[in-house]
Amino acid sequence: MSNDALIDIRGVTKTYGAGETAVHALRGVSLQVEAGEYVAVMGSSGSGKSTLMNILGCLDVPTRGEYFLDGSDVARLSEDQQALVRGRKIGFIFQSFNLIPRTSALANVELPLTYAHLRRTERRARANRALELVGLADRAGHRPNQLSGGQQQRVAIARALATGPRILLADEPTGNLDAHSTDEVLGMFDELNAEGRTVVVITHENDVAARARRLIQVSDGQIVRDEVTR
Amino acid sequence: MTPRDLFGAALRGLSANKLRSLLTVLGVSIGVGAVIVLVAVGNGSGKAVQTRLEAMGTNLLTVSTTGGGGGFARGQAGPSSQQYALTLDDVSALSDRRLAPDVASVAPVMTSSGTATNGDTSYTINQVIGTTPAYLPATNTPVGTGQSFTQEDVDGAERVIVLGQTTATELFGRAQAAIGQTVKLGAVDFVVRGVLASKDSTGFNDPNATAIVPISTLRATQAGYGALSQIVVQASDKDRVDLAQAEVTQLLTARHQVPATTTSPFRITNSAQILQTSQDTAATFTALLATVAAISLVVGGIGVTNIMLVTVTERTREIGIRKALGARRRTILGQFLIEATLLSLIGGAVGVGAALIVTQFQLAGVTPVLVPSSIALALGVSAAVGLFFGSMPAHRAAGLRPIDALRHE
Ligand SMILES: Nc1ncnc2c1ncn2[C@@H]1O[C@H](COP(=O)(O)OP(=O)(O)OP(=O)(O)O)[C@@H](O)[C@H]1O
Ligand SMILES: [Mg+2]
Repeated sequence: MSNDALIDIRGVTKTYGAGETAVHALRGVSLQVEAGEYVAVMGSSGSGKSTLMNILGCLDVPTRGEYFLDGSDVARLSEDQQALVRGRKIGFIFQSFNLIPRTSALANVELPLTYAHLRRTERRARANRALELVGLADRAGHRPNQLSGGQQQRVAIARALATGPRILLADEPTGNLDAHSTDEVLGMFDELNAEGRTVVVITHENDVAARARRLIQVSDGQIVRDEVTR
Repeated sequence: MTPRDLFGAALRGLSANKLRSLLTVLGVSIGVGAVIVLVAVGNGSGKAVQTRLEAMGTNLLTVSTTGGGGGFARGQAGPSSQQYALTLDDVSALSDRRLAPDVASVAPVMTSSGTATNGDTSYTINQVIGTTPAYLPATNTPVGTGQSFTQEDVDGAERVIVLGQTTATELFGRAQAAIGQTVKLGAVDFVVRGVLASKDSTGFNDPNATAIVPISTLRATQAGYGALSQIVVQASDKDRVDLAQAEVTQLLTARHQVPATTTSPFRITNSAQILQTSQDTAATFTALLATVAAISLVVGGIGVTNIMLVTVTERTREIGIRKALGARRRTILGQFLIEATLLSLIGGAVGVGAALIVTQFQLAGVTPVLVPSSIALALGVSAAVGLFFGSMPAHRAAGLRPIDALRHE
């Protein structure tokens, strides 16, 4: 257990509701992820994987326990500072893409850069580069409903990359994709990890998990297995 | 996020639902337009009344008798109405510079009505006024063509007449043709001396359907020698109207031996007071219209709130995505507030434009007169409406936790 881990959660629990109907989504999870790791999280449906990732991404707060991100205590950060962390350090990729509708691919990719207060020209340049990286430079003007599922997920990846975050959190990124698109997306994850970015992927698919170098198994709100696979 | 980015985001948000934005804008613009137009109509009608009344002369006092003075106990005999009847002697007394120094001129008035005929043409004059030449300048009634009768005509009870515009045109076709002609009024022939200039209406009666004759002639031929209907008094100056009114009251009270215990049997109306009263009425009218308009502005504002609430609910997921991508609370707040304010301001601008066009036309017989401050007010209020009514949904959007917003279906 090292003190300079990028992600460091200790004894985290998450309970939804109270009393008889309370759901214990996480029952005391401790986990450290070093910078540059490639981690896959697996587990049966309802075991608490998404809950865990939402807490890691500062989208949700734990009921109990501590979370140190890059050395700072997340619980002590203000709402605005947490927004800043989400914008600068973390890139999200969701199963349902979560692109903003009626907005071009380019504008979607530009959005986190806007919130990071980048200049217009700089934003344009970076967003275009990110789209090029995912091979969608020619679709910059298209809206989400004019793109295929795989293309939408690639736009989402471009958006997550644009700010150059240290951590990529992906919740079933390939759940809605066919084999070919899955391969493309996983290929990109490999490259990003090779660049030194930390990647955490939640998945149900073994061949997706096989690309990671560390596998974490979650069951009923607890980590039941944590091993280095490669 | 620069203001430009915020505006861009707000504009994209609005244009995503063009019809809905358009209808909301319409609601606000109707409110703003109504405020400006209705205030202009109220203002216009007030201005119209004012100019007409000013045309009547503002240093004019009209004296009439209310009948018997009040204040007598029941069963006690009241004074005969004769006691308070206005007479020509009152006129002479009021004309005395030493007794009433602030009175410039005095004219007795007796009225009757009758049918005037010129050959086969006849016309019912609703007001035949018997008076002296002083009446015309005192009441600001200039002669348009020909001339007035003179004091000699009054002294000699000459059968001469000055016709109002309508009377002249009804009988002779046009004013010019009437001069020197003979008009039969009752059984008596009158020679037309002149025709009055046209006057604007101040009420329901046509002020041009008149005829003016020497008072002596009217008494001899029609009205008899009873009391005067009125005495018209012109104060020497606009600022001396109150002094003149006091002098007239004092003089008449003394002459008619009105007991100190009774309320004055004389009614003295002051044209400045009438002007004041009608200005107050116009102000009330304007305020009433403005209130109605303000209500429609509030309704427009509620429309903005409603749409913003729908927008926020509909775009909750989008808000969640934006927050996940690093949007801060105030950025989300700003975006939705700007959307709401833009809706209101665009509505306000359209409303002002429409109002500027509409007020070019006569509305319900009134020429609207724009009040510049109402434009500023309406625009200011519409911006405030956006901010005020938009802030509740915007706060709601900004306050959402990212995960709750993302999970929203
Ligand atoms: N907002 C919520 N309110 C109440 N219970 C919740 C809420 N979110 C999640 N849960 C419960 O918490 C538990 C864990 O949910 P979570 O979404 O983390 O599962 P998961 O491992 O991601 O499952 P899946 O693989 O199906 O996505 C589930 O039992 C779920 O019903
Ligand atoms: Mg899940």
